[in-house]
Amino acid sequence: MHDDEQSDVQQAAFRTSRRGFLKGVGIASAATVVLPGLSLGQEEAAGTPGLKEFGSGPLEISLKVNGDERKLSIEPRTTLLDALRTKLALTGTKEICDRGSCGGCTVLVDGRAMVSCMTLAIDMQGREITTAEGIGKDPGFAPLVDSFCEHDAAQCGFCIPGILVRSAALLKEIPNPTPLEIREGLAGNICRCGTYSRIFDAVEACAKKGGVA
Amino acid sequence: MKTNVAELQVCSPRSIDEALQQRRDIPGLTPIAGGTEVLVWLNDAKFAGKTYQSLHGLAKDWRYVRANKDGTLGIGALATYSDVRFHPVVKERYPLLVESARVTGALQIQNRGTPVGNIANGSPAADTVPSLLVYDAKLKLKSLRGERLVDLKDFFTGYRRNVMTSDELITEIVLPPPLFMPAQQHYRKVGTREAQAISKVVFAGARSAAGVRLAWGSLAPTTIRALKTEAALQNGADANAAWEILQREIAPIDDIRSTAEYRRKVARNILFEFLNKLANTL
Ligand SMILES: Cc1cc2nc3c(=O)[nH]c(=O)nc-3n(C[C@H](O)[C@H](O)[C@H](O)COP(=O)(O)OP(=O)(O)OC[C@H]3O[C@@H](n4cnc5c(N)ncnc54)[C@H](O)[C@@H]3O)c2cc1C
Ligand code: FES
Ligand code: FES
Repeated sequence: MHDDEQSDVQQAAFRTSRRGFLKGVGIASAATVVLPGLSLGQEEAAGTPGLKEFGSGPLEISLKVNGDERKLSIEPRTTLLDALRTKLALTGTKEICDRGSCGGCTVLVDGRAMVSCMTLAIDMQGREITTAEGIGKDPGFAPLVDSFCEHDAAQCGFCIPGILVRSAALLKEIPNPTPLEIREGLAGNICRCGTYSRIFDAVEACAKKGGVA
Repeated sequence: MKTNVAELQVCSPRSIDEALQQRRDIPGLTPIAGGTEVLVWLNDAKFAGKTYQSLHGLAKDWRYVRANKDGTLGIGALATYSDVRFHPVVKERYPLLVESARVTGALQIQNRGTPVGNIANGSPAADTVPSLLVYDAKLKLKSLRGERLVDLKDFFTGYRRNVMTSDELITEIVLPPPLFMPAQQHYRKVGTREAQAISKVVFAGARSAAGVRLAWGSLAPTTIRALKTEAALQNGADANAAWEILQREIAPIDDIRSTAEYRRKVARNILFEFLNKLANTL
């Protein structure tokens, strides 16, 4: 795919309205059911059988967050980060760089750490999402939270929810990490205040005391 | 400047046929695999179009790393860096790929980003591409018109340009059985810091009696194989002679990450490091 060529086509396409644009490519009406379990209230069925399409309007989806099935209405382009913060009021997941670089928005998806700012919410249906709130209320992770407190690991604290989530996954992946493994494992999380040494100590001490469950 | 995201359209095909049909019928549709490039563009309004095709619903078809009976390895379009990096067969046979996946972004990126996205994106700094070039990777490209197999080394035609047509998708990376022993291979990424850094220079190479591979990132408009330097080494050139030739095969530039001069120095150091390291394994 050639970027220049593509953007020419795109610009031409987007001068017309969405409905006009879809007509132009032979789809009678914009419409859709996209993934199993997903329905679009306000739109009609697609003209071309088998070809599902949807636009910029809201759609109803359901996400499993911290063990609860939550229904929400979002535009398809919404990131998981925005859905969690603005639709589900789960503001423990922080928006810092919004470009995948800082780890502030880290959540677990089926137990694995991911940056929620680089993830579309519609793609996360049917997956188990765990946020900092979920880690905070899970007794299995209480030793980790306690260890962060005991080591006074936060200065301003803004990076800490993301770091806590990533550390929780790290201790599941490697129950007794070496200092190097902790550093490498947390390399995707940036702390502007620079409390790294206390953060690493907190994770190491938690592992030594028996880790997380 | 941010993209006006309210105008964006996303479609989410549930089958391969549906995905290919959309590619044929809807112009300017940008695929999204892990989204770790595409979602960044949306923040910058850079390269960003307004219609997107999330391939996520095809994970059941395309998220795999498969060791085939004929000794080849298939990496599906939706296999993540983590899927590749921790796969036992990849660890055993393709160490350069493990190393390049390990140094790409950080784990939160590796759990989402895909090597196929790394290739399709076409950045000259793509960290896994040099490794894949050393292994003579081929790409399966598919459209409703059929499937074709393209050598990765012939895939790029210029800066962020490639041979893919607008109705195609990459479905798989195919790696032939490895020609080189692990000790005959070398990977080096030079960036600003260890994690989350885009390469200033990146190198993957291998050498045995059977052949030489030198693949570089960030030294030309695309990732490249230094074919002339490889041939010279094959014919017995020493390190200094090889560097003379390599100098003429690369075209580093000054940009936000580094300077042409620094890149040249680093390329020379890496070439010497590689030749020294492998001197005893030939
Ligand atoms: C914080 C951060 C750090 C990063 N660090 C590195 C790094 O160290 N090294 C590095 O090389 N990269 C890095 N990247 C870039 C990025 O993660 C990689 O290029 C990654 O491989 C992209 O894969 P993806 O699946 O996320 O791609 P996407 O963003 O989904 O797609 C990338 C491009 O490929 C196209 N595409 C995707 N799948 C297909 C397909 N099947 N067929 C055709 N076209 C397709 C898309 O349309 C788009 O043009 C980093 C990114 C971030 C956000
Ligand atoms: S906000 Fe997602 S990584 Fe920074
Ligand atoms: S404590 Fe302030 S950013 Fe980490």
